[in-house]
Amino acid sequence: MLKVPLSRLGQAALVMLVVSAVSFVMFRYVGDPVATMSRENASIEEKAELRRSLGLDQPLLVQYGRFLTRTLSGDLGISYRNQRPVTQLIAERLPATLELVIVATILSLAIGIPLGVLCALKPGGIAARLVQAVSLIGISTPTFVTGIVLILVFAVSLGWLPSFGRGQVVDLGWWSTGFLTISGLKSLILPGVTLALYQLTLIMRLVRAEMIDVLSSDYIRFAKARGLPTHYIHFRLALRNALMPVITVTGLQIGSLIAFAIVTETVFQWPGMGLLFIQAVSFVDIPVMAAYLLFVGLLFVLINTVVDILYAVVDPRLRARSA
Amino acid sequence: MIAPSASVLAIDRLRVEYPLANGTTFTAVENASLTIQPGEIHALVGESGAGKTTIGNTVMGLLETPGRIAAGSIHIDGKEFDPVKGSAAGIVLGRDVGAIFQDPMTSLNPLFTIGSQLMEAMRFHLKLDRIAAAARALELLESVGIPEPRRRLKAYPHQLSGGQRQRVVIAAALSCNPKLLVADEPTTALDVSVQAQILKLLRDLGDKRGIGILLVTHNMGVVAQIADRVTIMHRGQVVESGATEEVLRRPKAPYARALIGAVPRIDQRLDRFPVLGAEGKGRAEEARAELRTIAERSDPSADVEPILSVENLCVDYTTTGWLPGSRGHRFRAVKEVSFTIRSGEVFGLVGESGCGKTTIANVVSGLIKPTSGRVLYRGQTIAGEGATRRIGPLRQAIQMIFQDPYSSLNSRMRIGLILSEPILYYRLANSRAEAESDVARLIEAVGLESEAGQRFPHAFSGGQRQRLSIARALGARPKLIVCDEPTSSLDVSVQAQILNLLKDLRDATGLTLLLISHDLAVVRQMCDRVAVMRQGQLLEEADAATLFDDPKHPYTKELLSLVPTLDRIRGETQAA
Repeated sequence: MLKVPLSRLGQAALVMLVVSAVSFVMFRYVGDPVATMSRENASIEEKAELRRSLGLDQPLLVQYGRFLTRTLSGDLGISYRNQRPVTQLIAERLPATLELVIVATILSLAIGIPLGVLCALKPGGIAARLVQAVSLIGISTPTFVTGIVLILVFAVSLGWLPSFGRGQVVDLGWWSTGFLTISGLKSLILPGVTLALYQLTLIMRLVRAEMIDVLSSDYIRFAKARGLPTHYIHFRLALRNALMPVITVTGLQIGSLIAFAIVTETVFQWPGMGLLFIQAVSFVDIPVMAAYLLFVGLLFVLINTVVDILYAVVDPRLRARSA
Repeated sequence: MIAPSASVLAIDRLRVEYPLANGTTFTAVENASLTIQPGEIHALVGESGAGKTTIGNTVMGLLETPGRIAAGSIHIDGKEFDPVKGSAAGIVLGRDVGAIFQDPMTSLNPLFTIGSQLMEAMRFHLKLDRIAAAARALELLESVGIPEPRRRLKAYPHQLSGGQRQRVVIAAALSCNPKLLVADEPTTALDVSVQAQILKLLRDLGDKRGIGILLVTHNMGVVAQIADRVTIMHRGQVVESGATEEVLRRPKAPYARALIGAVPRIDQRLDRFPVLGAEGKGRAEEARAELRTIAERSDPSADVEPILSVENLCVDYTTTGWLPGSRGHRFRAVKEVSFTIRSGEVFGLVGESGCGKTTIANVVSGLIKPTSGRVLYRGQTIAGEGATRRIGPLRQAIQMIFQDPYSSLNSRMRIGLILSEPILYYRLANSRAEAESDVARLIEAVGLESEAGQRFPHAFSGGQRQRLSIARALGARPKLIVCDEPTSSLDVSVQAQILNLLKDLRDATGLTLLLISHDLAVVRQMCDRVAVMRQGQLLEEADAATLFDDPKHPYTKELLSLVPTLDRIRGETQAA
């Protein structure tokens, strides 16, 4: 029973090792750290001294080993731009991104699944066709366009919601949340909807396709032949089968939402990870970029592992085969 | 006529139609009448497209849209069926009418336990609470003969074998004490030994519980074994109906006679299968002449050495381990199997599912590698230790025909292209034009029009596709053809035609065939020598006549006794 999660963890560690190697190479070879760190008119001796003190004269593998030890102990280096530890920067920005992503995911699941079921059960109905048509717009409009349109309508014209930032946040010491203040919640709505829109259409279409597939399966016909009530067949039996791939997709999407909320965060000037990354790119802030790479890798590996374990919970066929 | 109230099912002049997109209607069932008394098993037989499943679905109210009842009436337990509502007043589907489907592998939901799937119907229809429903579920599992029922309640469908799943399906159908059971091909997906058990179970339901059973099937042997009455359908029409013995022994309608004649017999070997109409005599002669021109006739008697010998063949399947370096579970599918096939003979390999026969076919045709042992073709090792690489003539000499004609032809390629592929690949024609004329001859040789080459596979029926698969195999001018269940997905009449074609092929060209089948009657009709397999082992090998008339191994005897055949008809055995 423990074998599956254990092997998954082993694979996860392997993937992280590769990601860290890429991250290290980037840190070490994209531009010369010594050139970026030392004064403009520093002498060759000064530079050599700095190089020695940074350990850059050591063999490559030794450097990589040091990098790994430092990374594992939570030291990701100092940002060139802010001259602050990268770990600290990420810790500051993470809550903002996570809260945004949680809101977006809940929105997309809560709306996407029922709509998908609706479209599958009444494929010819007016509601289903309308949803299908609108979803096509949702899936084909770029995020920045939706974001800007939403700002224009709800912030500029109607003035109901703020157009940028997180509003007032409550600091819980290790976490700053926007969930506890009215302005914080209001600020979450527009970026949340923007980020959720694509997910929502994706989940809706997936649920619809899966549900149509499941409804034509033999076991659903057999359930009908046993005279079970329709709502029971649809929502208790069929939906569970149809949600299997939704778990995978949602998991992967959460990953890409966190990692690539960049556009939305830029449009709404949301002080999250994405904005941090964009700023790092424009200032060639290598430590931040390398840390971001590591972080995104870790995130995907973690999410995939959780998805695999969740699968085993939902689908008995994937549990231990010894039974 | 019997009063509708006495019977559990009375169908009177039923007509089911499907409106088509072009405004016309397709009549799936026309003027069908039948009645079922309590405790009676009524078989509804016919080939695919006969309308038998449509009747079953209509009775259950599961007629697929846009199908509709256009005329006639159905009474279930004396209550009239409302064609608009799709049910009869006072009759609840699942409570009064139970259903059993064909494939036990797909009719249970993989994500729910056996117990929950058994209990849900009782909780809705009988308003039982969880504890009472669980107790009854346990009782039901016991009554359908599932070992360790208490543990099975918590099991998931994938943990049960096919036969056990079908028992669960039957238990679910019985859960609310139905008066009528609609069983649509309940044993088609099962092995003979499991089939025999399930059939006995169904018979007991009729005899002991007085349940009326509508048994939809294409298998005449099954009908002979358990049905009291039988209705034969053809293209939506009832062609004959009556007591089983009467209909099977003395069929009156020409179609009924032909259908029963096409069933392969296990008791004696016939020269050719009687076939239904289509195959004209002149045509067949012409095709046979064509066959002869395709393969230069080799004289089997000239070959002293065996064409193929399998020596101590073992094949393991290993599941990959979870941790790197850990060894997975190993399963030996074929254990120390040896046999030889003589040039020009038809060698049969029989056994139940999972016995390793298809694995052997795959090794012979080079699709998988053996774990140990070897396979020799004319003295040359082609699989196992020290095997010659299969290139050129060696690969060309052994061709394969697969079970499912729907998936074995590439649906995006025209037939002409599919058939010319092996010819061009092995450079058996000097030019494309020559290859094309070869293809045309091949198509005619398997009894189709040469224009077929212009069309795509979907334009052909299952039987026609299997003919084309045979033509493709012939295109490479093989010496040995491995046929893996070549007719098991076809109707009896079509099966008879395909088997005749294979017989002609052998007679005309001296080809050697390795025929893999679970159908003992087919093997009896086709093979010169037969080997019986069970759980990866070869139990017995003998001349076909010897094996069928005087089996040595107890397992062979058991298998033979379990095959439902036309010579053991229910009414008669009881009288005797």
